[in-house]
Amino acid sequence: MADRRSSVEQKDGPRELRVKPIKNGTVIDHIAGGQALNVLKILGISGTTDATVSVVMNVESRKLGKKDIVKVEDRELLEDEVNKIALIAPAASINIIRDYKVVEKHTVDLPDEIVGVVRCQNPNCISNTSEPIKSRMLVKAKNPVLLRCIFCEQPLTDRIAEYLI
Amino acid sequence: MFKKKHVLSMREFSREEIDSVLDLASFLEPYARGRRSDMLAGKILALLFFEPSTRTRMSFETAMKRLGGAVINLGPAEGSSISKGESLADTVRVIGGYADALVIRHPKEGSARLASQFSPVPVLNAGDGAGHHPTQTLLDLYTIKKEQGHIDNLSVALVGDLKYGRTVHSLAYALSLYGADITLVSPPSLRMPEAIRSDLFSKGTSVRETDDLSVIVNNVDVLYMTRIQRERFPDPQEYNKVARCYRLTPESLVEARKNLIIMHPLPRVDEISPAVDGTPHARYFQQSFYGVTVRMALLKMLIGGGA
Repeated sequence: MADRRSSVEQKDGPRELRVKPIKNGTVIDHIAGGQALNVLKILGISGTTDATVSVVMNVESRKLGKKDIVKVEDRELLEDEVNKIALIAPAASINIIRDYKVVEKHTVDLPDEIVGVVRCQNPNCISNTSEPIKSRMLVKAKNPVLLRCIFCEQPLTDRIAEYLI
Repeated sequence: MFKKKHVLSMREFSREEIDSVLDLASFLEPYARGRRSDMLAGKILALLFFEPSTRTRMSFETAMKRLGGAVINLGPAEGSSISKGESLADTVRVIGGYADALVIRHPKEGSARLASQFSPVPVLNAGDGAGHHPTQTLLDLYTIKKEQGHIDNLSVALVGDLKYGRTVHSLAYALSLYGADITLVSPPSLRMPEAIRSDLFSKGTSVRETDDLSVIVNNVDVLYMTRIQRERFPDPQEYNKVARCYRLTPESLVEARKNLIIMHPLPRVDEISPAVDGTPHARYFQQSFYGVTVRMALLKMLIGGGA
């Protein structure tokens, strides 16, 4: 199956621009509208990247109302990267593309515990010091996401993207 | 049954586990009063206090010695490996090799749980920042049980600093296991954090909030007073606004229930007049003594072959 469902047409005056299907890489669909840039942040893709990246924001979606789409060429997302995305886009779906075909398609699913991904929002938590530990968050609810720091037990619900490590 | 390796947070205690601690404490109370015992002879308890403490540190020391054990102290951080920048993780690994259990008080929240991940021996949390102080909660429950005869379905008011006071957070949670009817009395700026209140609501606990102590005094079985903690306020002006908002006097207790008991984790400042000490309601000094009894029970359970 070719990656055509997530193609998006844009009108710009008389010219027509199209986000084309990618040959190899990952298409992240059903990102909540406005979260695409945070997804890029999670993936470590900044303005200086050499990767070919397409971002579509706030297109209409029957499922979400508005959604974003990110296409990263020549990169297949690893599992821990997928988990990170689930923190800010729990409805996202991941499509792995090889030779224009979707060879893997799955939704994101938070594990019961997230290690080393989100720092605790409590500045006085021992996990925000130089101790030789990784942050550890228990996932208490998945949609909307509710995390609880395993060390200080402080919950984290809002602005999770700001606390990504 | 009590099968814990560490004592870190009241959230990890079931009602059955709490009851088993209180039952053993009751059995050990005569030993806390001076009867000789060698139940923990040959055992060593290490006290790692990175923050000042009087009664918690001394009551742990007393509890260990009353059971025939010995105590080693970290001492002041200055001049120790801590001042050289050693991590807490390394400190507990090293001292865990010297002792049979560690008691830790530390200014950072979550420090006791970190210690438990690196320590080869049981860790008891004696206060981690504004986080947990489970041995205080257990001694509070023991006090209520001893002085009221039971804990179930009592009407309890928690008064004062409900925002920063770690003892009331843990106590409210534990009381919810016993069907308590809880009234939270605080100035608006020191209300109990939303996360804890919603946790109580979700357990079906009856919780009311007010800033007026005068009426509540007459309608509860337990008044749990707390100090407004100056050290938790970044802004001294904010502290001054609320510093003396509640004060119990004998006159304020005239219409209180006969069985009312007044508790306080101590030290007190102005919130309980010394004149209240002589009333039949005052229990805070007994409460302080019960700290020894309850800590004896915990030490016996963790390193003395269980209950």
